[in-house]
Amino acid sequence: MDIPIRAYSLANGLRVTLSPDHTAPIVAVNLWYHVGSANERPGRTGFAHLFEHMLFQGSAHVGANEHFELIQRAGGTLNGSTWLDRTNYFETVPAHHLGLALWLEADRMANLLPAMTEDKFRTQRDVVKNERRWSVDNRPYGTWWERLPALVFPADHPFHHSLIGSMEDLDAASLDDVADFFRTFYTPDNAVLTVVGDFAEAEAVHLIEEYFGAIPPGNAKPPLGHTELPDTFGTWRRVTVTEDVPSPRLFLAFRIPPFGSPEWYAGAVCGAVLGLRRGCRLHRALVREKQMASDVTAFTYDLVKGRDLLVLDVTARPGVEAADLEPEVTHHVDRLADGDISDVEVARALAQIETDLLASLESAQVRADRLSMFATYFDDPARINTEADRFRAVTTASVAAFANRFMRRDNRTSLIFAPGTPPA
Amino acid sequence: MVAAPIGRLPLVTATVVVKGAGAFSDPADAEGLAELVAAMLLEGTAERDGAAIAEQFEDLGTTVSSAADWDAATLSATLHPDRLDRAVDLLHGVLRSPAFPEREMARLRGEHAAERLQMLAEPRSLADAAFEWLCYSSRSRYRRPISGTRSTVDQLDRAAAVRTWTAQYVPARTTVILVGDIAVDRAVELASRLCDDWPAVEPPPPDAVTEARHEIARVHLVHKPDAAQCELRIGHAAVPRSHPDYFPLTVMNAILGGLFSSRINLNLRERHGYTYGAHSGFDWRSDAGPFVVSTAVNTDAAGAAAREVLAEIERIRTDVVSADELSLATSYLAGVFPLRFETTSAVAAALASAELFGLHDRYFDEYRDSIAAVTRDDVRRVAQEQLRPDVLQIVAVGDRDAVAPQLEALGFGTPTIHAAADVESGR
Repeated sequence: MDIPIRAYSLANGLRVTLSPDHTAPIVAVNLWYHVGSANERPGRTGFAHLFEHMLFQGSAHVGANEHFELIQRAGGTLNGSTWLDRTNYFETVPAHHLGLALWLEADRMANLLPAMTEDKFRTQRDVVKNERRWSVDNRPYGTWWERLPALVFPADHPFHHSLIGSMEDLDAASLDDVADFFRTFYTPDNAVLTVVGDFAEAEAVHLIEEYFGAIPPGNAKPPLGHTELPDTFGTWRRVTVTEDVPSPRLFLAFRIPPFGSPEWYAGAVCGAVLGLRRGCRLHRALVREKQMASDVTAFTYDLVKGRDLLVLDVTARPGVEAADLEPEVTHHVDRLADGDISDVEVARALAQIETDLLASLESAQVRADRLSMFATYFDDPARINTEADRFRAVTTASVAAFANRFMRRDNRTSLIFAPGTPPA
Repeated sequence: MVAAPIGRLPLVTATVVVKGAGAFSDPADAEGLAELVAAMLLEGTAERDGAAIAEQFEDLGTTVSSAADWDAATLSATLHPDRLDRAVDLLHGVLRSPAFPEREMARLRGEHAAERLQMLAEPRSLADAAFEWLCYSSRSRYRRPISGTRSTVDQLDRAAAVRTWTAQYVPARTTVILVGDIAVDRAVELASRLCDDWPAVEPPPPDAVTEARHEIARVHLVHKPDAAQCELRIGHAAVPRSHPDYFPLTVMNAILGGLFSSRINLNLRERHGYTYGAHSGFDWRSDAGPFVVSTAVNTDAAGAAAREVLAEIERIRTDVVSADELSLATSYLAGVFPLRFETTSAVAAALASAELFGLHDRYFDEYRDSIAAVTRDDVRRVAQEQLRPDVLQIVAVGDRDAVAPQLEALGFGTPTIHAAADVESGR
């Protein structure tokens, strides 16, 4: 399944990927800035995300919240999100509004600062603090989101601290920080622009040059702190958090080769064999047979800088002791690490991964985001067309070798939530 | 059968919708039966057990979802067309010869109990459940969730599941939908295989009741000690999907709280910074589903936020909306319409909905014109007729000490205080 791709750069360093598809009269515009929470300085956790909010508050020629209104009026959808090492902004619009979407992105890349005011900043800080309360503080297990990175990355590692930030650091941030951040990171040479859908290439090339061409490149952003890590944790670290939760929950993390490396694909298949949907080992053993878990899943962080993480996430049924959950899970991990793995299980995992990859191509915006990702992380958007082949190259032997090397006792971090009253 | 050939990618979504096999058909005190039956279809057939069913679907690169909503039970799978034959064989088995093994029924009852505990522990889901429980009368099916409460599900036995499946899963009520890389005649052939030799018996219509619990506006609080935020749900029972004002209500709601640039969201989030997001919506069902405004706000702004919501509801009833606001809503709804149908599963879901609610053949073709036809006067008329401040139920989940005084100050009387356990019992 090959999608057409044309990749080029503007003189100012903006990398562009175009992928036409005339099936439906819509077009997806997607922009990745290569900056995230990892770039925050000490005392400013959560700033990259707060900054993302400010980007919707207008720019030189756009009023507050007008970006949202213009796109919605055009019959489009839009959003943005902040991650450890990138921030993305995207719109999907009816095809004839391509110019509007590009122009809006260009205006805020070129000239955000004239629209920034103290009032808007204070309001967005309140919004972000409420987002933190809603997604982290006011839900059971919500803090796993910050606790796990703090455990699996050393204290001085750029990925260690909270992405959504602490209330104290958010309060300490100022409008000056906004100006500084913008000038340092929101530059065309630090960005990748992708357009997917029903557009004419010549017109897109012309509009992109017209709107983005004159934006000056940045002055080399400061390098990220060291992200290199040893291949494994070197130990099994275990932390139990006692909280008012209805039942125990285990996050079991393994340090694995970086996303996109040859070994990584075998690792993804390991995760699927253990934790994908209902045909996986942990579901069969813990949910169905022993009835001691209600939910099982496995995921990776997809990190290219340093090392990646594979995480098993298991929620126990109420009444199960927190201390009993982990050994039940690691029993199956140990089996895998000892080479107990069948062709059938690997084929099952690959069949589902293949369907999932195909389904990810259906939506123009999902396709665009993946193209931006491959451009940013690998400088190769065309990788989207070979991902399926990389998975198909995984064998039962390579899965066994991966588990043996990376899923043993010397490479585990356990974060366990146990029901109870938190210590005073 | 409904077939929508879309040849772009080698993917097909196969969806089976069984109308009337939804939660609205649950007998009194057996709430959760429809959902349990739908889930149990995947837990064993005459030929294979639940583990084998899961594994064999996944060997084909797909997973089957089987669940009930209010008005139907739906099974769905998305996969490569080359594997469709085998998948249809498996689907035939789960649909036509489920075994309802006791062991798995007990397991699902236990999993449901675990889910209920998680629901009670999470303020946002607790607020959703509490709102419907307080909105609808004790005789109404809607007062208890689709999946039932612990006490109702604990009593569901194999005999009840078999009885329900026998009565409700019949060809007259079943639609097979195939969307994607599949030719129409192949779709007909596969659908026929699913439905061959199926005895035809028309099930009785549900006799469930839907009525409001309170005849006046009331304030309620579900106590969650030391909650980091206050979850608010403000609304009342509204109208069924079949209501002739569906389009004006959709446009009115977009302006009030259905868009990011809506009145409620801009007010609570962008102007006041009370919340990460606030929205309003009509939950369209075969009977009168709720209209509800939802938001999670700063605990110390609970009263102020509720006041702003009430003011916005009043304002859209009193003044005609501006031409600008109307055009934003209609342009958005009409323009975004095709964006919603990029995936085979989205198309299948829309077709299922059309079947369920008896939407006419040209519904999708005429959707945008129907939206564009709504006027400013229509918006005010339906706001006045269907938004009823005099029966609004204001439900808060948060710390009682901090929130109760703020609710009291709203002027609807002293808030009734509930415990999460009361919501769970659903009585």
